[in-house]
Amino acid sequence: MFKVTIDGIETEVEPGTTILQAARKIGGEIVPPTMCYYSSLEGSGGYCRTCIVKVSAGSAKDPRPMPKPVASCRTPVQDGMVVQNITSPELLEARAGVVEFLLINHPLDCPVCDQAGECDLQNLGFAHGKEESRYDFPRRVFEKKDIGNKIQLHMTRCILCYRCVKVADQLTPGRVHGVMNRGDVAEISTYIEQAVDNDMSGNMIDVCPVGALTDKTFRFKSRVWFVNPTDAHRNCTKCSGNVVLWFHGTEIYRVSARKNEWNEVKEFICNDCRFENKKIENWVVEGPRKIERKSVISQNHYEQYNQLKAQIEKQRARLANGETPDIGDISLRT
Amino acid sequence: MARKILLVNDHIEGLANIDVYRRNGGYAAVEKALKTMTPDAVTEEVKKSGLRGRGGAGFPAGMKWSFLAKPPGVPRYLVCNADESEPGTFKDRYLMERNPHSLIEGMIVSSFALGARTSYIYIRGEYYYVLQILEKAIAEAYEVGLLGKNIMGTDFSLDLYVQPGGGAYICGEETGLIESLEGKRGNPRIKPPFPAVVGVWGCPTVVNNVETIAAVPHIVNMTGDEYAKIGIGRSTGTKLISASGHINKPGVYEIELGLPVEEFIYSDAYCGGISEGRSLKAVVAGGSSVPVLPAELILKTAAGEPRLMSYESLSDGGFATGTMLGSGGFIVYSETACMVRNLWNFSRFYHHESCGQCSPCREGTGWMEKILHNIESGHGKVTDLDLLVDICKKIEGNTICPLGDAAAWPVASHIRHFREEFEYHINNPEKVKDPRHCEKQPFVRKAQSNPA
Ligand SMILES: Cc1cc2nc3c(=O)[nH]c(=O)nc-3n(C[C@H](O)[C@H](O)[C@H](O)COP(=O)(O)O)c2cc1C
Ligand code: SF4
Ligand code: SF4
Ligand code: FES
Repeated sequence: MFKVTIDGIETEVEPGTTILQAARKIGGEIVPPTMCYYSSLEGSGGYCRTCIVKVSAGSAKDPRPMPKPVASCRTPVQDGMVVQNITSPELLEARAGVVEFLLINHPLDCPVCDQAGECDLQNLGFAHGKEESRYDFPRRVFEKKDIGNKIQLHMTRCILCYRCVKVADQLTPGRVHGVMNRGDVAEISTYIEQAVDNDMSGNMIDVCPVGALTDKTFRFKSRVWFVNPTDAHRNCTKCSGNVVLWFHGTEIYRVSARKNEWNEVKEFICNDCRFENKKIENWVVEGPRKIERKSVISQNHYEQYNQLKAQIEKQRARLANGETPDIGDISLRT
Repeated sequence: MARKILLVNDHIEGLANIDVYRRNGGYAAVEKALKTMTPDAVTEEVKKSGLRGRGGAGFPAGMKWSFLAKPPGVPRYLVCNADESEPGTFKDRYLMERNPHSLIEGMIVSSFALGARTSYIYIRGEYYYVLQILEKAIAEAYEVGLLGKNIMGTDFSLDLYVQPGGGAYICGEETGLIESLEGKRGNPRIKPPFPAVVGVWGCPTVVNNVETIAAVPHIVNMTGDEYAKIGIGRSTGTKLISASGHINKPGVYEIELGLPVEEFIYSDAYCGGISEGRSLKAVVAGGSSVPVLPAELILKTAAGEPRLMSYESLSDGGFATGTMLGSGGFIVYSETACMVRNLWNFSRFYHHESCGQCSPCREGTGWMEKILHNIESGHGKVTDLDLLVDICKKIEGNTICPLGDAAAWPVASHIRHFREEFEYHINNPEKVKDPRHCEKQPFVRKAQSNPA
């Protein structure tokens, strides 16, 4: 086992573990934000540079610091490595630079973007961005491309994280889309306006950290925080059938794969489950889905009200026992 | 003293023909290496020679070779980097065009040393006519048994292929090159693993510049120790310099490393002085990516020593007062050059050539170009200069490949050494609207006694 210290917190991990995974093992605020890394996609990460950290000691054997910040998602730990994330002001400044780069050409059309409320870039900008932009040039625009009747592509919002390309490479029988052109005019596209249509293509929507790839069957129907996520499953021959149903009243507005606390899907789902089964009788409902990440979705989540109800019951019981109620315990946040 | 090695037979008519090449001592190194030496002995000679990579980074070639992983049963590859796209650099083209067999000979000897049975020359697509010259030379070599099975009757066999690129600077970066060679988009790979472990087709690979490989036969012929005596200190041997800009005699020159910069610029054997009798303003010494230096710092180091054409001397003073030898693209600017316009031109190049994988380079290069265009055309703001310096800082060292650094260094150094000229542009928008303003009314720099 390798010993590694991140922001003063020590942990032990297997050799080969990346700095990011070690930080996630520790958890909490010291975990670097990620925009392109995706644990269930091979070879992902390294592109966006938001996960950079400072290595202040390379290893116990060679304790020299690394000269430049490194991408924590692609850098394996060494025994005795000392890493700084939120404890290094220069590093945070460098990360703010990355966030600025990601935002200068972003349209910031959150009010009309379906991803708003579950967008990694929105969260990143909120946590690490600056209030004002130093960029005073017109933002980049692209010619609109139609990539089929299931997935909506908004290239202006894309941050070129390459996740959708890796989904197409690793989950679908043949990739028909990719990155065309280079530099800041590089774009996601199907070379000869071909539809992206196969059993697993819908997963591109889930992995996309921004609103560049959204679900055409859900578009403009509701803001995500007005729909209630519910775990459900069905027997499916093509995938695990474990999904999240997004209810508006009793109507299923959207079906998506389940995301973990890092906003990553571990079990990808097929297009049948995602697009063709929007009737409640197709599913076995398991119960409300807990949204773990700090997200506006959880702010409006009825599960919160269940918790509140439980709290009120608890305090009532205290009162009944002649104890003083513990007001500090009542909270709408998780 | 003008010592020539690579271009020693350059004057000979018809050198691209194999018979002419052989009559002048060509392919002697193949015979010597294959028949009298072991692969390790060849590598040892290259190590002793002190030969450093001529593609830009100056990494010792012998050391690179000795890092090559050699797992049993796995093929190894040698790839020659003939992508030559750095602005200001055109020496590889000259060498391949005039003397294609010297590269082929180098490929055979180097492949033998590395144990490669298949090797590639990756050449930029725009050099199509050079590719044709190389292919003709390769065909000649196959015909006389210098390539293919059992070269010169030994049990060493080698196949050599030439692959043209599709027109991207980034495919000169060694891992971008490998991706492109494999038929993919030329996005640089994230390192580690380095090509010495995982390169072409996932196998251990050495990537070397044309000039590096072409020097190997000479090292084998004269021995590494003899080669190491040429040059100065750890800058051994000779180097091809692509000289361009405001000089009387632009062209490709072979110099012995250690030549004083002043002699190189003003001697009739080389650049022949500044054109039209003007005075020297600045030099970009190693291709567009390296920091620019003003006249006083390119001729003398900050300590007042004469600056020499060597890896060490040019980088003396770090980036504050020094630069790098880089690929040897030596661009000279006279007093009539507008450094703002020059920088805008460089930035446009990097913006255009960024592959777009990592956010700082993808977004930062375009941003810098736009700001510089504003300044150049008389629409700049006073705050723009600090903003540019800050953008450089945010790109540098925070990208997958060194193109991000290469885009930031010229910007940082132009502003460091020519700040007044940028301020002049910002404060005199009317005067700079004429793109030839600098020719008509040169901006004369105040000599800086202590450049920051
Ligand atoms: C953006 C970029 C472009 C490059 N272009 C070239 C090139 O055109 N030719 C070249 O020989 N090396 C180029 N290099 C350097 C190569 O990555 C590599 O270091 C070199 O081919 C190694 O050969 P050497 O050790 O013989 O110099 C480039 C590097 C970068 C980062
Ligand atoms: S479309 Fe989305 S998933 Fe694909 S590269 Fe762009 S941001 Fe990433
Ligand atoms: S630094 Fe620029 S050219 Fe290099 S990988 Fe990143 S985006 Fe591509
Ligand atoms: S998450 Fe590590 S570089 Fe993008």
